[in-house]
Amino acid sequence: MNINAATEFTDGSAQMTAADGAGPAPVRIVVAYGFWIFLLSDIIMFSALFAAYAVLSGQTAGGPTAHDLFELRNVAIETLCLLFSSYTCGLGTLAVERRRMPHFYVSFALTFALGAAFLGLELAEFSRMIGAGAGPSRSAFLSAFFSLVGLHGVHISVGLIWIVFITAQVAVRGPRDFVLRRLRCFSLFWHALDIIWIALLSLVYLMGAR
Amino acid sequence: MPDSNRKTSGPSSGTGPSSSSSPSPTATPTADRSPGVDEDAPSGSITSYTVGLLFALALTGASFLVSQTQLLWAPGVAVGLAVLAIAQMGVHLVFFFHLSSGPDNTNNVLALAFGVLIVALVVTGSLWIMYNLNLNMMPSSAIMEMRQ
Repeated sequence: MNINAATEFTDGSAQMTAADGAGPAPVRIVVAYGFWIFLLSDIIMFSALFAAYAVLSGQTAGGPTAHDLFELRNVAIETLCLLFSSYTCGLGTLAVERRRMPHFYVSFALTFALGAAFLGLELAEFSRMIGAGAGPSRSAFLSAFFSLVGLHGVHISVGLIWIVFITAQVAVRGPRDFVLRRLRCFSLFWHALDIIWIALLSLVYLMGAR
Repeated sequence: MPDSNRKTSGPSSGTGPSSSSSPSPTATPTADRSPGVDEDAPSGSITSYTVGLLFALALTGASFLVSQTQLLWAPGVAVGLAVLAIAQMGVHLVFFFHLSSGPDNTNNVLALAFGVLIVALVVTGSLWIMYNLNLNMMPSSAIMEMRQ
């Protein structure tokens, strides 16, 4: 009796899932969902720093203001670097899915170069500001600026290290399922940094330089 | 019969010919694939990335234009920049993250909605509270007078 009941139950549930058309989600979907939740939590952390910057952006303590400090030409080049590196990152992921390995290596070399160019420009800007006496200890505005923009820069640095590791994994392990999943996670991370940069560009630089 | 049902109404119908049961020319050896795994499902296409890049460049250009010229009424520039930034975030979500209204994306969209809610609460809440505190704070000259 018990056994019969059990088989009936499993039969019923199997039919139910078949009728729903909703079996277990593919691993690809589940992994992307988990990583997406991590990215959202990262964005929420950034939102706290954005709120701090928005509150403190006027508190210059008699020091240099945003209008004095920001060079928009530099910022425009940084934005272009990030946008194009996001593009090449997407193309590289597509190339691995289609097993076109030379395309992948070229795309990810470009992604790394553009990310490094962004980081170099940002560090040059930071050192120029600190050299001009506008370091993070000058005013509340500058503390908020350096922690917000600096945290984005730290994320870019982590992404650059991650590019090296993921490229090595693709080279050594080949385009297998788990490598592809990690590659897609990296791709999502890199695109998310773009989204944060858009907010930074609008709130900090474009609003500040007016 | 249930098997044939499952094949026709499986979760991967509509995503293309790359489901793990049917041999596709591009797939690597499928012997080690379990049924729930379809890693070869494409994540976007070159066209969608290119379109997304063009939209993003146009919106970024518009942001710089709005902030650097007198095109918009000056008090409205902040609103204009916010609208452009949100539009560009939407472009990135659709063309780079491939967020869609499909059944695979329901959870992602719900999580995004929750994230947007929390971000809005943190940012507007902080601005609102700090604005009120600023308004109600005694000027420092008055504090000095009280101490004397």
